[in-house]
Amino acid sequence: MDESDQEQPTDDMSGLLVSVGLNRDVEAFEVLFRHYAPRVKAYMARLSRDGTAAEELMQETMMVVWNKAAQFEPSRGTVSTWIYTIARNVRVDVYRRTKRPEFDLNDPAFVQDDAAPADKAFEAFQEAERLRRAMAALPAEQLDLLKRSFYEDSSHSAIAEALSIPLGTVKSRIRLAFAKLRAALEER
Amino acid sequence: MSINHHISDELLLRYASGELAEGWSLAVATHLALCPSCRQRLSKMETIGGALLENISTGAASDDAWARMRRRMDKADVRVSQPMEDHRQAGRAEPILPEPLRSYLGGDIDSLKWRSLGMGAYQIPIRLADTSTIARLLRIPAGKPVPEHGHAGQELTLVLAGSFRDGSDVFARGDLEEADASLTHQPLASEGEDCICLAVTDAPLKFKSWLVRLIQPVLGI
Ligand SMILES: [Zn+2]
Repeated sequence: MDESDQEQPTDDMSGLLVSVGLNRDVEAFEVLFRHYAPRVKAYMARLSRDGTAAEELMQETMMVVWNKAAQFEPSRGTVSTWIYTIARNVRVDVYRRTKRPEFDLNDPAFVQDDAAPADKAFEAFQEAERLRRAMAALPAEQLDLLKRSFYEDSSHSAIAEALSIPLGTVKSRIRLAFAKLRAALEER
Repeated sequence: MSINHHISDELLLRYASGELAEGWSLAVATHLALCPSCRQRLSKMETIGGALLENISTGAASDDAWARMRRRMDKADVRVSQPMEDHRQAGRAEPILPEPLRSYLGGDIDSLKWRSLGMGAYQIPIRLADTSTIARLLRIPAGKPVPEHGHAGQELTLVLAGSFRDGSDVFARGDLEEADASLTHQPLASEGEDCICLAVTDAPLKFKSWLVRLIQPVLGI
């Protein structure tokens, strides 16, 4: 545990990543690497339980972060969200041996959002703060189920089986946890 | 266009967390291309995934890990990717099939080679790398029932053109129907226009025994 690191404000991270994208800023990337690499590795380890594989998948993920930094848009969300989606995609590519099917923002058939894209960088940062507080306030069993649904390759019924609790309970706890987090995200 | 039938929370969460098999993901991602409101829900789930990543308790990164990273960066520094290009071309008609589905089929609706299913219905099987699901594009003539409808497992149907009616529900472009074995349904293409939809189902169970395999088609399992 490195508690001091835990407190790194997310908007600093955002500035660092933008600098990596614009200037191939190695120093900025090192700060990002030292903060996120252990987290990505832990995320991968939860899924594979194989230390070497987790290290490899972490390196792969951080390499994508380095190469695609110019595509990061602070208005779309935080650095942790962006890196999470990259780590997830690396994992899908490796374990499922398929590219993850994804929509394409530039496809002429893509239906654009109704709202005009404003500068949402600050909003995204505030959202992340509210989310962090809401998450800290969740009952332990709800947080646990939430982590399992994000980190383990299992359906709700597999989770229910693993914990020997009824499927209905799993579903309702996840639903409750989501409702609380979503409410926190929708506060204005 | 207003979509009335969306992706359920469980399905969307499994897509957000990268657990959903390719076939289901294809239907989910294609619905997302047409549905800003589900994209907003997805982005909230991804924000939650990001916050969970931020909160993971870990040790510090090792200097060794950083040194390995540096070596990779030095080697790879040539292929830096740029912000994505805009492929939209002014003045061209919007395709009926959105991405990622269009690429899976190799083109838009007018370039497809349909295979007859009988009764005026057509299909195109979609190649997936994952074998746990089966995906195909169906074209059902206006006013006719959706064929081959005894399914045992999960089924996702995404409407791309025309519409179908299932009981009192109408599914039109962008609508996604989630059905499982417990649901008895009899979808019927609406009058006026052929209904084109993406249908994803669990792959039929593959039995090892040659005997069972031999009678499988007879039993219809
Ligand atoms: Zn939707």
